[in-house]
Amino acid sequence: MASTLAEKIIASHVGRSVEPGEIVVTGVDVAALQDGTGPLAIMQLQELDMVRAHNPEKTILFLDHAAPSPRKELSNAHMSLREFAARTGAVLSEISEGICHQRLVEEYVSPGDILIGADSHTCTSGALAAFATGMGSTDVGIGIATGKTWLRVPETLRVVIAGRFATGVYAKDLMLHLIGMIGADGATYMALEFVGPGAEAMSMPERFTLSNMAVEAGAKTGLFAADEETRRYLDEQGRGSDYRELAADAGAEHARTVEIDAGEVEPNVSAPHAVENTRTVSEAAGTRVDQVFIGTCTNGRIEDLRVAAEILERRRRHPGTRLIITPASRSTYVKAAAEGLLRIFAEAGATVTGPGCGACVGVHGGILGDGEVCLATQNRNFQGRMGNAEAFIYLASPATAAATAIAGVIADPRDYLK
Amino acid sequence: MSGMVFEGTAHKFGRDVDTDVIIPARHLKTTSPDELAAHCMEDIDRDFINRVKPGDIIVAEQNFGCGSSREQAPVAIKAAGVACVVAVSFARIFYRNAINIGLPILVCPEAARETESGDLLRVDLDKGEVTNLTRGKVYEAERFPEFMQKIVAAGGLMGYVKERQKEQ
Repeated sequence: MASTLAEKIIASHVGRSVEPGEIVVTGVDVAALQDGTGPLAIMQLQELDMVRAHNPEKTILFLDHAAPSPRKELSNAHMSLREFAARTGAVLSEISEGICHQRLVEEYVSPGDILIGADSHTCTSGALAAFATGMGSTDVGIGIATGKTWLRVPETLRVVIAGRFATGVYAKDLMLHLIGMIGADGATYMALEFVGPGAEAMSMPERFTLSNMAVEAGAKTGLFAADEETRRYLDEQGRGSDYRELAADAGAEHARTVEIDAGEVEPNVSAPHAVENTRTVSEAAGTRVDQVFIGTCTNGRIEDLRVAAEILERRRRHPGTRLIITPASRSTYVKAAAEGLLRIFAEAGATVTGPGCGACVGVHGGILGDGEVCLATQNRNFQGRMGNAEAFIYLASPATAAATAIAGVIADPRDYLK
Repeated sequence: MSGMVFEGTAHKFGRDVDTDVIIPARHLKTTSPDELAAHCMEDIDRDFINRVKPGDIIVAEQNFGCGSSREQAPVAIKAAGVACVVAVSFARIFYRNAINIGLPILVCPEAARETESGDLLRVDLDKGEVTNLTRGKVYEAERFPEFMQKIVAAGGLMGYVKERQKEQ
């Protein structure tokens, strides 16, 4: 029987074919915790007297959400993760290393893997043709200790992408467009599968941006086939031997198919307080913005910083608009330094921070004031997201963010690109 | 959780209630359920925690619990004294988390849509039945798949794993 990519990956783990809707117990290849969800997972394992890692080399504990720690309670949470790593042999990713989702694709996840992570944006690794999904602390804790988890085999929503982006339009704009189309629960319990010539033409960083936001439509994961571009990316990371070709079978059944022409997509924003609340940048243009934030697991990669630098070079931020830039990982940070991007940002009046989740999660480094408006490159604009329920968050691409920082109001990046 | 019938006052919420408003990230510095409960829903309903009484029931439209994977969201709701959540639909990570920590949840679209804040509800988990005592209407809820029923019956994933440990 012809299988979707999600069915194929799960089937290869349970040793038989599977069908949507059935519940399976499966082995886990990679498991991840972060500093917000990790302490609770560890507490649960202590209560079960199961403080152990079934596969320590592929159990990674990330200190990224509060990096460096802004308060003693979070410092103590960091200590509990360091101690768990020391006791079990699990890998610790320190505060200097960056966001879990970026680190997972750089170093740990391979095509065909099953990854569970105690963070909703674990779906990012789906771009590598891995069944990557977010769960809660207890689920992941038990996955770490036993090497197993349970899954409901998802139906698949196939997103067929044609065409190529026009100038000033990026993967982020397409994903905001898709979520606006299908809604915040348009893919609940399902896997998204991105296919078609437009998907095949996308670079890995573009694919990561799409997969990262699959959960914003309620999806379990967001998958791409593993192809020559996947091989190129893994080679670049020094792990070409982790590559294997993987794609859905022709004729596999899908719950729903949605078609998008990338060439028709405009620069988009999501307005407060819902990701599905999308509109074109021209409809939102002119809205005053107090803070612009460029970074995160959605759009904090070197390719994103290059786009921002192209617009910010020899320009300055608007005096009434703060600009914070946070590279996604240490490797991104090193490249941005070597390419002179950090200097361009500093000269443009940006606050450049070390790698990590930064201002996105609202516990440190850029909490908004009452009534303030932020335009950010992250994946979520829920009320209170950036630490203040009285603030307003718009989502957009790094190019729109850079243009907005210069203009002081939401601006169309096409006016700033040569 | 077997044999459980709850009777309580409904607190009605809209669609897409996300985990950032159920328990904001700024309060995740603790794992204490009571401390988490003190901030439950405060960003969309500051008075919720003062109004809610032990045994009350949260009723919501579609996609309840969307967003972040934080398990502290169902923990905060449970510790606030809420007996059960009835919704048109749940986001999948919240759904798993609620089952894992032993917060009863029911998918019952008709009941969720027709209930208003202040209605008195009776929820029979075994029968999978929601009764709106104020409006005199009975609704049938979706049943859990068999595998999940076992986790629910064990009081959550922790209880389920403990039982399995004893068997071995």
